Amino acid sequence: MSALASHAVTDLAAYTTSTGEAFQFWVLGTVAVIGALCTILMKKAVHSALCLAGTMIILAVFYLANGAYFLGIVQVVVYTGAIMMLFLFVVMLVGVTAADSLKETIKGQRWLAALCGLGFAVLLTAGIGNAAITEFNGLGAANAGGNVEGLAALIFTKYVFAFEITGALLITAAVGAMVLTHRERTERALTQREMAERRVREGKHLPPLPAPGVYARHNAVDIAGLLPDGTPSELTVMRTLRDRGQIRDVSSEALKDLAALEQRSAERLGRDDREEEAAK
Amino acid sequence: MNPVNYLYLAALLFSIGATGVLIRRNAIVVFMCIELMLNACNLAFVAFSRMHGNLDGQIIAFFTMVVAAAEVVVGLAIIVSLFRSRHSASVDDASLMKL
Amino acid sequence: MENLIALLVAAPLLGAVVLLCGGRRLDRTGHWLGTLFALGSFVVGVVLFMDMLGRDADDRAMHQHLFSWIPVGGFQADVAFQLDQLSMTFVLLITGVGSLIHIYSIGYMEHDERRRRFFGYLNLFLAAMLILVIADNYLLLYVGWEGVGLASYLLIGFWQHKPSAATAAKKAFLVNRVGDMGLSIAIMLMFTTFGTFAFGDVLAATGETSEGKLTAIGLMLLLAACGKSAQVPLQSWLGDAMEGPTPVSALIHAATMVTAGVYLITRSGAIFNGAPDAQLAVVIVGAVTLLFGAIVGCAKDDIKKALAGSTMSQIGYMILAAGLGPIGYAFAIMHLVTHGFFKAGLFLGAGSVMHGMNDEVDMRKYGGLRKYMPVTFATFGLGYLAIIGFPGLSGFWSKDKIIEAAFAYDDGIRGWIFGGVALLGAGITAFYMTRVMLMTFFGEKRWQPDAEGHEPHPHESPKSMTIPMIVLAFGSVFAGGLFSLNESFVHWLEPVTSFEHPHPVISVPAITASTVVVLLIGVAIAWFMYGKRPVPVTAPRGSVLTRAARRDLLQDDFNHVVLVRGGEHLTRSLVYVDHTLVDGVVNGTAAGVGGLSGRLRKLQNGYARSYAVSMLGGTAVLVAATLLMRAV
Repeated sequence: MSALASHAVTDLAAYTTSTGEAFQFWVLGTVAVIGALCTILMKKAVHSALCLAGTMIILAVFYLANGAYFLGIVQVVVYTGAIMMLFLFVVMLVGVTAADSLKETIKGQRWLAALCGLGFAVLLTAGIGNAAITEFNGLGAANAGGNVEGLAALIFTKYVFAFEITGALLITAAVGAMVLTHRERTERALTQREMAERRVREGKHLPPLPAPGVYARHNAVDIAGLLPDGTPSELTVMRTLRDRGQIRDVSSEALKDLAALEQRSAERLGRDDREEEAAK
Repeated sequence: MNPVNYLYLAALLFSIGATGVLIRRNAIVVFMCIELMLNACNLAFVAFSRMHGNLDGQIIAFFTMVVAAAEVVVGLAIIVSLFRSRHSASVDDASLMKL
Repeated sequence: MENLIALLVAAPLLGAVVLLCGGRRLDRTGHWLGTLFALGSFVVGVVLFMDMLGRDADDRAMHQHLFSWIPVGGFQADVAFQLDQLSMTFVLLITGVGSLIHIYSIGYMEHDERRRRFFGYLNLFLAAMLILVIADNYLLLYVGWEGVGLASYLLIGFWQHKPSAATAAKKAFLVNRVGDMGLSIAIMLMFTTFGTFAFGDVLAATGETSEGKLTAIGLMLLLAACGKSAQVPLQSWLGDAMEGPTPVSALIHAATMVTAGVYLITRSGAIFNGAPDAQLAVVIVGAVTLLFGAIVGCAKDDIKKALAGSTMSQIGYMILAAGLGPIGYAFAIMHLVTHGFFKAGLFLGAGSVMHGMNDEVDMRKYGGLRKYMPVTFATFGLGYLAIIGFPGLSGFWSKDKIIEAAFAYDDGIRGWIFGGVALLGAGITAFYMTRVMLMTFFGEKRWQPDAEGHEPHPHESPKSMTIPMIVLAFGSVFAGGLFSLNESFVHWLEPVTSFEHPHPVISVPAITASTVVVLLIGVAIAWFMYGKRPVPVTAPRGSVLTRAARRDLLQDDFNHVVLVRGGEHLTRSLVYVDHTLVDGVVNGTAAGVGGLSGRLRKLQNGYARSYAVSMLGGTAVLVAATLLMRAV
């Protein structure tokens, strides 16, 4: 990456770029577009987040290629590192829901959205094509004293007011997030004794709920325990997983496995029998 | 290659992001698409910075990042509390404004 | 002395308030109170009259300003009274005849349990009528004009339990409304033309006003007069108004209120003098009504309706005279006063007859009553002689002058036409009045039991009824002669109405002689038809003209076909236009907006993503517009 960046430094002022940068642009640009498309087309939010992270890293490379060294690093650290991880946390917190289905529910929404997006892209492209962009001055002069130093000089002189306001905004955002996610208890939490008494009063599930898992083969929490007739009991799985529909049904598999096991053990036993007979 | 291609790329990414906002129902993915649009803008700013030969465009992109970070924090907090109360992260479920 | 003028109005107005608000505790004394207030007003009138007589002829007009009624910038309306010779004549007639009729009503309404209310209405009428004649501006006159209309409505419908009376009251009110419209338009025209309503200012300014404006105002005033005085074409209400009690017919629908139109035209003489076309219209209306009323009067068997036709005809004479200009005003008023005496007397006589005949009104069921009601017969007979213009009696002096003036209308053909019509009217008057007289008081008894089987027992009426009749009979006999002595009445009115001697197309003695001849012919025909031959109890079918006249010369049919049907068609077409066009546009707009919103509503589906699409679409449009503008 640093090689690419140093290459860009040498040739920032030209109207056309070096072949290396052109190659880099076409290859990574294609990947970035694919990543963006995957972001909006992937069914699972986790996949979308990963695609987006990839796109962002490519954008970081482009920043470096354009002489924005500080921004390139910040992009990697803040965006890809912090923000995307925050996204992933929330995805895990919220979990997979029915909203992830790509089936459109609003009539005509998808067509309209595609039309608008496409039209907008065409218009922007036409606008850029029409704009009188004759020459790229390059950042050679601006970055002469170092990119970070140049930025710092601007931030603390020309943009100091905006910088201070941004600081206030960050504080506010932090406090806002805390306020939004903090839940005030409105009633006292039930003690274990009270919960036990309530269970007795209601008269169901006096003992603890049955544990998940099939003892012989699976003890994962997302696998329902089997009832005596071999059917899975949803009661054994925790509610969150039930709500998300993330229960793995292994009843038929378990029975099949059991049959196979019996067969195998029978074979082994039979062989053992034969061996015993042979021994006799 | 003409550096103006960066601008075309930014326009393309922006449009993809906008389309994503319109077609996805999962609030988190919608949010990611917004981030994609912001990043596309940042790319354009950086390219403009190079075009004009000064660092102001990069400063704007920098501020965009900071504001985006703040926005993500608040937005995700909203999504979390929304999920808590509705057990759903679908933007279509919050459709109380219809007649 | 001038401060007494308001007292003229105040007395009966107070009476009306006391009687109408006093409640049942006044039931036993109410009629006396009402009569007292009327008499009080009369006494005030006489006192003022004496005062007026003591002054010079040019200094007789009195004026009293009560208060400023509507002071709005240039629009000044005062409540102020003006008592000149013309008003004085009316005041004496109204309060005098009014008081007599109050006295008469005490006896006539004796058995009516709503007598107190009746007297309250009578007092209300007196007050309104006095306001009408002593107002010093047209707006206040309009107040009186509406007031008498209201009183007339209340009194015609006094026996409101009878549907016919209620309907007649409504009819009178509605027809009067047309005329009232004319008066209000005339007043508005006056305000725009002269900027004031005061008689003095308006009449003084007529000299500088164009003839067209004066004609317009004059025609509107004529419309008002037609409504109130039952002249063609607004005559239809008077016959039905006879549904009211007989004293009401005598006071309001014979002697006073119906002459308000004559007063209006005479008072506005200066306007008509400046508008010959309007005058011609007045004369034509008078002449037509004169014949119309007389013909209707010939055919009616109902004694009151026959008299009503006569009233219409006699007022036609007055209107005719008033339309003649300065040669006629004084005679119009003179005939008005004498007519007030004898027609009131005749109506009271008719009431007396009805009183004795179980309220029977059909003359074919009378006959031979002269022996049973000698006082009524004598007073009615004197009134009869007066109205037909028997030489020496009141009607002779006043009507003969009008005929003379009509002959003097013009040197040419018009004088002959209108003079001839007036002369013919005199003959018909003699015929129908003789018919009434003969059918009622002469011939065989044709009495029939009433609906409940009571045989009539004709008897003379009580003193309270006969005394007013006697007083009025004196007036009928002597008033005309007294007025004509040295032309005293004409000179009395001259400062107000101005006067010119008429110059008829034929000599005055010839007119007088022919009038007498025509009158004798009319009496003779009536005698041959109803005196020599017995009168059948049920009316014969009669000729086409008779049948038409019985139906008031088809006036109601005409009104029904032209106005009612026409109105119905008009409203129907208007309703149709309203439903299809107006409502169509309104409802169409509403339906269009509704349908459009119903479709637009679907855009509001509550999904944030749909709104986002429109935002992006809008942004795209903006970008496209920007690019387009740059490209252009």
